Amino acid sequence: MPMATNTKRNLVTAALVAPAAAWLMIFLVLPFIAMLVFAFGERAPEGGYQAAFTFAQFARLPTRAAAFWNTMVLAPVGALVCLLVAYPVAYYLAVKSDPRYRLILVSLVVVPFWTSLLVRTYAWMYILGSRGIPNLLSMIGLEDVRLLNTPGAVLLGIVYGYLPLMIMPIYVSLEKLDRRLLEASADLGARPVSTFFGVTLPLSLPGVMTGVALVTILLLGEYLIPQLLGGGKVFFIGNALVDLFLQSRNWPFGSAIAVTLVAVVVVILMVAMRIAFRVAGTRQVDLV
Amino acid sequence: MRTFISSVYIFLYAPIALVVLFSFNAGRSASEFTGFSTAWYGKALGNTFLVSALQNSLMIAFTSATLAAIFGTMAALGMERLAPRNRAIFDALFAAAIVVPGVVIGIATLVALVAVFSFVNPALATIWPGDQPPQFGLGYGSIIAAHGLFSMALVTMIVKARIASLGRDIVEASSDLYATPLTTFRLIVLPQILPSILAGFLLAFTFSFDDFIIAFFVAGSKTTLPIYVFASIRRGVTPEINAIATLVLVASLLLILTARILMRDKKPKSGE
Repeated sequence: MPMATNTKRNLVTAALVAPAAAWLMIFLVLPFIAMLVFAFGERAPEGGYQAAFTFAQFARLPTRAAAFWNTMVLAPVGALVCLLVAYPVAYYLAVKSDPRYRLILVSLVVVPFWTSLLVRTYAWMYILGSRGIPNLLSMIGLEDVRLLNTPGAVLLGIVYGYLPLMIMPIYVSLEKLDRRLLEASADLGARPVSTFFGVTLPLSLPGVMTGVALVTILLLGEYLIPQLLGGGKVFFIGNALVDLFLQSRNWPFGSAIAVTLVAVVVVILMVAMRIAFRVAGTRQVDLV
Repeated sequence: MRTFISSVYIFLYAPIALVVLFSFNAGRSASEFTGFSTAWYGKALGNTFLVSALQNSLMIAFTSATLAAIFGTMAALGMERLAPRNRAIFDALFAAAIVVPGVVIGIATLVALVAVFSFVNPALATIWPGDQPPQFGLGYGSIIAAHGLFSMALVTMIVKARIASLGRDIVEASSDLYATPLTTFRLIVLPQILPSILAGFLLAFTFSFDDFIIAFFVAGSKTTLPIYVFASIRRGVTPEINAIATLVLVASLLLILTARILMRDKKPKSGE
């Protein structure tokens, strides 16, 4: 290829990716660097940030141990409960459902994921609140049942909010599964149960890993569900961050917590990818 | 099995249905349906704070989704011309933009913008010739920028998947027939990727319209619809919120369904 054409081609390529590159630099890379710098700084007397280099903010992390504890327990437990509900649904959709209705059934699972989480969480606030189920229970004689602002309510909200995100990757991995493997297993005399545990389940593990990793990571940063259904009693890291940034204005400490959160996310991602790679090749996950 | 699947679908839709039902309740009760009425919708739409929050949200969602659709498509087209190493860097950054929790994106953007403003605003004040130098601050711009980040990553992902499934041969045939690259793009590539671009735009719009947590950090004194709804919920559950919630649900439902129809291949493939 002549030199001039090559240069022109490179210029066009650069022009195409330049806006996105600039956006990523200014609104992703730069903010992360800023957050990292803040995490080693000090709180200014009037709130906000004061330049310094200290590990003091990280040393104070244990003062927010409760938020970390709640998040680190409820996020994986929530993801696990999601998985237990999601797997049979994904299996049904991919293997058992009537192909004619499959698209509609899958759409019905995807659609809630793209509708406002705030509104969907509010729906449960409405149902679990004193004028909802407890009100109905009091009519049959069960007085003073409290459902809202309990860890159970938060867990319910988590499963409700993130179920679609768990079903989708599992569905995709089961849908791509080669049916001939199942037939071969049956032909070789395996009972349906052993086919499931010997063939289907292992082959769907990449989808399971993707789902669990995605849901866990998003749950680690969750704010709305514990805020609305936990009522300040079941505090997540996200709630601590909102408090530190928007109420007490301790930005360096907040940044240190956020940096720690990102570190946890990175570790989870790396472990999940390791396992996914080991089990099978990675697969593209469709979120839509 | 059947029973279990049905109950999961009921679980997914019953709470939403209940909110919609009670938005038409004549009375204030949350557990007793006392008659059909659209009064709460009238009340919601007569609320000037709500209407201006809605206008803000629509403007922000439209702007960020438009920018994301244009720049994201350009990036998707440009990325496949990049050297593998540079492409991997882009892939990693876009993946980070999607997977990093919104609360962290919100904080990082807030911290960076405030740091930049604290440096730029005084500098601008000293070199500005007039009496009133422009002051940069948090607001529409910062929400659009933060939403645009996720949205652009989303559009790039969707359009890239579409480009990857395009037949190379037809593009090569076009250039063999002496079409300029621009003509080939306009007549061959663009028509084929347009549905994905539109779908990406609609999903980006939906994301921005529904986002609460990122806007909560970077909105400054501005109010978006989710911020307004969140504040009203904290003041207490009212039937008026049910009406607003129903309107939000219907809006995102229409957007997502259109996006899904656009993204369907000619041969319906259920993996989308």
